Amino acid sequence: MVSEAVANLADVIDGRSIIVCAGPGGVGKTTTAAAMALAAASRGRRAVVITIDPARRLADALGLTAGLTNQPQQVKGIGPGELWALMLDPKQTFDDVVRRYANDPEQLDRILNNSFYKNVSGALSGTQEYMAAEKLYELHHDDRFDLVIIDTPPTRHALDVIDAPRRLTRFLDHRLYRAIVMPARIGLRVVNFAAQAVLKTIAKIVGGAAIADVVSFFQAFDGMEAGFGERASLVLALLTSPETAYVIVTAPRQDRLDEAAWLSAQLAERKIKPAALVVNRAHPDFGISAVEARAEASDGDPAWTNLAQLAEVAESEERLITPLIAAVAPAPVVRVPLLVRDVHDLSGLGDVAAHLVGR
Amino acid sequence: MDPKAFFTTSRVLIVAGKGGVGKTTVTAVLAKAAAACGLTVRVVAIDEESPLGGLLGLPKPLGPKVVKVTPQITAQLVTPMQALDDYLRDHGMRGVTSQLSRLGILDVVASAAPGIDDILVLAKIKQLDKQQVADLMIVDAPAAGHAIPFLRAPRALREIISVGPINTQAVEAGEMLADSTRCQVILVALAEETPVNEAIETAFALEEDIGVTLGPIVVNALYPAVDDLVAPPRARSAIATAARFRLARLQAQEEHRDRLAVGLPLPQLVLPFVFDASLTSETTDTLAEVLLEAIRAL
Repeated sequence: MVSEAVANLADVIDGRSIIVCAGPGGVGKTTTAAAMALAAASRGRRAVVITIDPARRLADALGLTAGLTNQPQQVKGIGPGELWALMLDPKQTFDDVVRRYANDPEQLDRILNNSFYKNVSGALSGTQEYMAAEKLYELHHDDRFDLVIIDTPPTRHALDVIDAPRRLTRFLDHRLYRAIVMPARIGLRVVNFAAQAVLKTIAKIVGGAAIADVVSFFQAFDGMEAGFGERASLVLALLTSPETAYVIVTAPRQDRLDEAAWLSAQLAERKIKPAALVVNRAHPDFGISAVEARAEASDGDPAWTNLAQLAEVAESEERLITPLIAAVAPAPVVRVPLLVRDVHDLSGLGDVAAHLVGR
Repeated sequence: MDPKAFFTTSRVLIVAGKGGVGKTTVTAVLAKAAAACGLTVRVVAIDEESPLGGLLGLPKPLGPKVVKVTPQITAQLVTPMQALDDYLRDHGMRGVTSQLSRLGILDVVASAAPGIDDILVLAKIKQLDKQQVADLMIVDAPAAGHAIPFLRAPRALREIISVGPINTQAVEAGEMLADSTRCQVILVALAEETPVNEAIETAFALEEDIGVTLGPIVVNALYPAVDDLVAPPRARSAIATAARFRLARLQAQEEHRDRLAVGLPLPQLVLPFVFDASLTSETTDTLAEVLLEAIRAL
């Protein structure tokens, strides 16, 4: 028998073209994303899963022994659809973006070799998220795939995937940036003086070499900001379109649920309704209530004592999940029970997929 | 080991671990256990969304203002922005921070010198340590994969910035991290596959790259055994299925604990799984007693 929630998650997997998995850390998001992609492939879709987690275990489970790379690799032995997987490399993706918008090879060189750029592409807050969005967009327009599933960073950064394109454009469109670049272009000396003053202050704190890099970076970037801005708008439009489904993944512990609730509120603020809630690592229901088990365990019988403890935790988990279920309603809720063993291979991943969409 | 001796080995404990291992719970538990030994404790959260406030029994999340939790425990939030604000104010530049942040200049600076936000936080912790705000300071380190870059920041930044106030801060923060009488890192792990692998990797990165001293590792949420529980192999009753589930989990976690012990030669402090999923301040009280027992047994 397939429950209604499971049927609904199957609809999401069958019908949407992008699924964003978001949730707190340590709740099995990466595995859930991969299991959804596997489910999609076995339902005939050509699915690609992007993970941002350097999860060697996932690569092994998928049989990709050489590890995941920034380019999609196909997983063998899946049908009737296809399953592809990749691990986001933000630096390489950023390089590709710069390559796309650079006006000439010389500009490309200047940017790629700038040490501020090297820091930005690796460390600017939001870069990883922006590159995730960028990769998502690229794969969405790749004819090989009809479903892209992405695993996002833990909660607080999850929605940076949506916000980052805008933030990065703002960064490139920054007043400081204009102040640095414009004088060179149209000779606004007044702006130049003001900018110099700001730069001098910053240089005092972080050192002159760092600032020289910043200036040459922005100068090298000159003329590329329009392309970046346009792309960011397209990415944002895709992420907020009805083609994209957001699935919240969490675990039934108070702190994880609080983070998931925060996430669902953040989505609501952006007028996005979650398409489903996945509760991972829920204790199994053995069909007997804690009260009954406790009564049977009164003589100290170990089997009943064990069942009573497990039933108690399962029941307290159910109580804790209730408010979140109400908050995401009418989104379907799918529970994936706590597994005794981690997922090690495709069949383990298949078991998780079965919990998500049914056999 | 005498718990008081344990908690006075160094003045700062940095609690680190991947998301979902219960790092923040362990921070609260350590604080309560140290207070039970008669020490005064300052708990520091770095994450603005930290649930530490609730776990300590406070009605509100922690903010930058120091709050008194019990007569012995105080707590506060330290963020890069606020640390910078304090720094600039102490150096006669009040109000500059909000301007810098509004203009987005902090973003630019943080990218020009990655790790600068971490240095600001570490410098603030170092300053609180110097001021001896309490007998012991317990820091809930940033979540997820950020603990290593956070603690590596002093070294990384010294290479980018070779002079000036930030350099001084980086050098001093690095000295604090490397001095075992001032600072130790308490790693938190679960007896599960990925958390154990990550704890081992993190431990080596911290010790070899950064030179911090690691205290005992806390193995959190370990299922307690049920005496005399047996699993009838084929019976399909609820008690039989539940027994098989419990025993399989117990066996798996023993294997992972052994793997952790082999991979990481550190003493283990074990905290039990709590059969009530709602974590409250009372839960951390109970766990603090268990932790004290575990420390005595070290």
